[in-house]
Amino acid sequence: MSEPLRPRPAPRAALSGRSDRTFQLLILALASVIVGVFVLSVYQLGRESWPALREFGLGFYTERTWNPVTGQFGAAQMVIGTLVTSLAALVLSVPLAVASALFVAEYAPKWLANPVGYLIELLAAVPSVVYGLWALFVVAPILGRWQQGFFADPANLQVYTRCQDLWNSGQTTLQCFFVPSAFDGRGLALAILILTVMILPYTASVARDVIRLVPQDQREAMYALGATKWEVISRAILPYARAGILGGVILALGRALGETLAVAMVIGDSQDIIKSLWGGASTMASVIANQFGDAQETLHRSSVVALGLGLFFLSVLVNFLARVVIARLTPRGIQ
Amino acid sequence: MSARSSALPARSRPGLSPARRARNLLMGALIGLSTVIVVAPLILIFGYLLREGLGAMNLDFFTRTPAPEGETGGGLLNAIVGSLQMLAMASVLGVGVGVAGGIFLAEYPRHPLMPTVRMLSDVLAGIPAIVMGLVAYGLIVLQFGFSGLAGAVALGFLMIPIVVRTTEEVLKLVPLTVREAGLSLGLPQWLVILRIVLPAAAGGIVTGVMLALARVAGEAAPLLFTAFGNPLVSLDPTKPMSALPLEIFRGATSAYDENQRLAKAGALLLILIIFATSLLARWASRRR
Amino acid sequence: MKKTLLLGLALVTTATASQAAAQTITGAGASFPYPLYSKMFAEYRKSTGVSVNYQSVGSGAGQKQITERTVDFAGSDNPMTDEAMRAAPGRLLHVPTAIGAVVPAYNVPGVTQPLKFTGRVLADIYLGKIRTWNDRAITALNPGVTLPGLPITAVRRSDGSGTTYVFADYLSKVSNEWKTRVGVGNSLQWPTGTGAKGNDGVAGVVKSTPGAIGYVELVYAKQNKLPYGSVRNRAGKDVLADNGPASAAAQGVVIPADTRVSLTNSANRDAYPITSFTYVIFYREQRYGGRTQAQARALKNLLGWMVTSGQAYNEALDYAKLPSAVASKARNLIGSMTYGGGKL
Repeated sequence: MSEPLRPRPAPRAALSGRSDRTFQLLILALASVIVGVFVLSVYQLGRESWPALREFGLGFYTERTWNPVTGQFGAAQMVIGTLVTSLAALVLSVPLAVASALFVAEYAPKWLANPVGYLIELLAAVPSVVYGLWALFVVAPILGRWQQGFFADPANLQVYTRCQDLWNSGQTTLQCFFVPSAFDGRGLALAILILTVMILPYTASVARDVIRLVPQDQREAMYALGATKWEVISRAILPYARAGILGGVILALGRALGETLAVAMVIGDSQDIIKSLWGGASTMASVIANQFGDAQETLHRSSVVALGLGLFFLSVLVNFLARVVIARLTPRGIQ
Repeated sequence: MSARSSALPARSRPGLSPARRARNLLMGALIGLSTVIVVAPLILIFGYLLREGLGAMNLDFFTRTPAPEGETGGGLLNAIVGSLQMLAMASVLGVGVGVAGGIFLAEYPRHPLMPTVRMLSDVLAGIPAIVMGLVAYGLIVLQFGFSGLAGAVALGFLMIPIVVRTTEEVLKLVPLTVREAGLSLGLPQWLVILRIVLPAAAGGIVTGVMLALARVAGEAAPLLFTAFGNPLVSLDPTKPMSALPLEIFRGATSAYDENQRLAKAGALLLILIIFATSLLARWASRRR
Repeated sequence: MKKTLLLGLALVTTATASQAAAQTITGAGASFPYPLYSKMFAEYRKSTGVSVNYQSVGSGAGQKQITERTVDFAGSDNPMTDEAMRAAPGRLLHVPTAIGAVVPAYNVPGVTQPLKFTGRVLADIYLGKIRTWNDRAITALNPGVTLPGLPITAVRRSDGSGTTYVFADYLSKVSNEWKTRVGVGNSLQWPTGTGAKGNDGVAGVVKSTPGAIGYVELVYAKQNKLPYGSVRNRAGKDVLADNGPASAAAQGVVIPADTRVSLTNSANRDAYPITSFTYVIFYREQRYGGRTQAQARALKNLLGWMVTSGQAYNEALDYAKLPSAVASKARNLIGSMTYGGGKL
């Protein structure tokens, strides 16, 4: 912003000063509702999670047991579940998202680029419950059929029985990790899959905007050297757009961490250690959705809210990270 | 945009080694394939809902409430009416605070509170919706019971940062000369903002509000512990209310064919409304 | 302009709402009696014009919400503990409305006649010790039935549930390992299985998953056409759940004045062993949180109707009626409701 151009209520200030001040106060009052919402949220979450945090300390977030019968609460499994689902979804979605952004920005003719761009934006607008519904009614049965087919072979059934023994004693091996443990299609894998689809459009649309902002001379220079299209993309465009894309990736991560209902509907809700890619797991958000409504004992309920508090700070952290990354790494031309 | 029209197509050049040419083609194909994979779920979901939901969208669907469990022939009038009421109430909060916040950020950039408001608004944008549901539960439900109003407040909280962001952006697009012209006519700053700047930016703000509405219209998570649901049509904002996303959630996890049928039709209605709103908003912003 | 329009809409809704307010009663809790309640309340509205909004969110949620006074009454299949009742801001009453049976519903392709289970077998399935349908323990109970080597998917509740409580209460009585490793509660730390929300959700997963078993109230199995097995009772008889065996479970059980009692593993030789009352829970003193006398009276009338004329709907939906001795205790409890200390 160029400072001297800013309008200033200079000479006539005396005349209009009072009404200006009133208006400014009004605007300020309404804008401070934003501050209020933040402060109230922190207060509310903090107050309600206090009993759990006082009882278990910060170890709450690293302790494994979650047993409402004995009143032992530790959120490690949900924290792990949240991170595993989000990061796995990120790994799967980023290459696809960047590729689709490249397609829209670099490859597609205009008549195709615009509709595809629209479709990707609509993908972001599909509500979480609708993804959940689709995952339950369409994708889960497909996965379930595959899982049952797996056991048509008696040898696989033996492997499964062996793995069950391990799982029952709280262990797993790499092989067992990939052996189905439930046969309804729901579980960790489906949650990752649906999260991948859900966060794709966030990375894709940020990446597309950033790629379009890459200065034309970057491309021209490479083409002039005789580079192929892919060489231009991989050596001139992607390095230039890297920071912006990373910012989009972190935003997508933020969405994945807090995604609730679609995940709660398909993840199979187990607060146990994750033993199989196909088995049940839970995330912080899914446990809030499933247990907040009925957590009666103070400690149980407070533990559920403490999950919310953890999620709150996690999302603040991710937001902060995204800003730092974008500010630090963006080439000056794009800022 | 101009990238496509640029440069000489490399593959027409002589002397390009087969390996480079092959890699170029391969990567192009992979990129095209990836795009298909990205877009496929949308088409699959929409196709599925059209096939399964359209048939259930009869007159009863729009005029009746859900039948008792195990019986058939109900509709989702309770959810449609509930969603409309809560979105209307949420807009009062979301638009009032959001537009004011946007004006504050764009027009008072030197105010000492400006950086705080900007930062917190960004932070709020990233807070998961379910957490907002927890907050609204503690603030409102514990005092006054479950209500449509509590649900609307949770949705309103979610709308605020989106409206702030778009309002600030479009206000900044209004040229400074316009403001200066107003000021030089002797208008006080507040009149310049209200009478000149805001009208000039109105289209963009409406677009932002529509996008915010499209975003919160599909939220079920913050309504679970606030609006709570209601099998009957309720016009009382102080009583529990149903909403389309809540009924979809209930039906999608139900064993009853009737509930599943209503959920599919509800999902189709919801995404049709959301798609229409988003596309309308895009179209409006393109036209300017 | 848009804003004023919306504001106007909000005002109009507020205005029309105030008339309807007194006629609405909000309840929440158990999914176990939900098919019955949704039928009862639809009929009640037809005959009296009073709207009842009952949300089937699970017994645990019902108990929590009545404690926090966010609803007018709660539904629950397990009575609240003394400790939980002390946490409530007023004296709570329990009134049973029906007797229901929790059945093991399953989805095993190729099996046509009802399978036989024992409590021990069910416990071992949910402990993860019995893993396939052709396990020796199951085939021994079901001679002549060809069971596939399909792995068992044990489906359980993800929310705090009275149905879970009743099931776990029964398993604890028949399996020591269950009692020590898992215990009894609305929410448990499950050794195995996949979670689903509500009776309805469990039935849904069982329906769509070959090899699945789930515990649901009888009506959910019947209405969704899921096969369910018999369970061997304390007298050693294999009993398939139905109204008769469910109501037999209450015979010979001493019902205390506050009606809080467990009916599982009944000694009666015709009884189905996983049986329970389902309760409505409410405050004895109705004057709290700005409630009007009219609201309190509307609630009292509704509850009175549920344990008298409302019982007419029980059997059509496969719940047993309240035995007459229990029904009279229920009427007495409802009669003891007060408003501001005076009789309601």
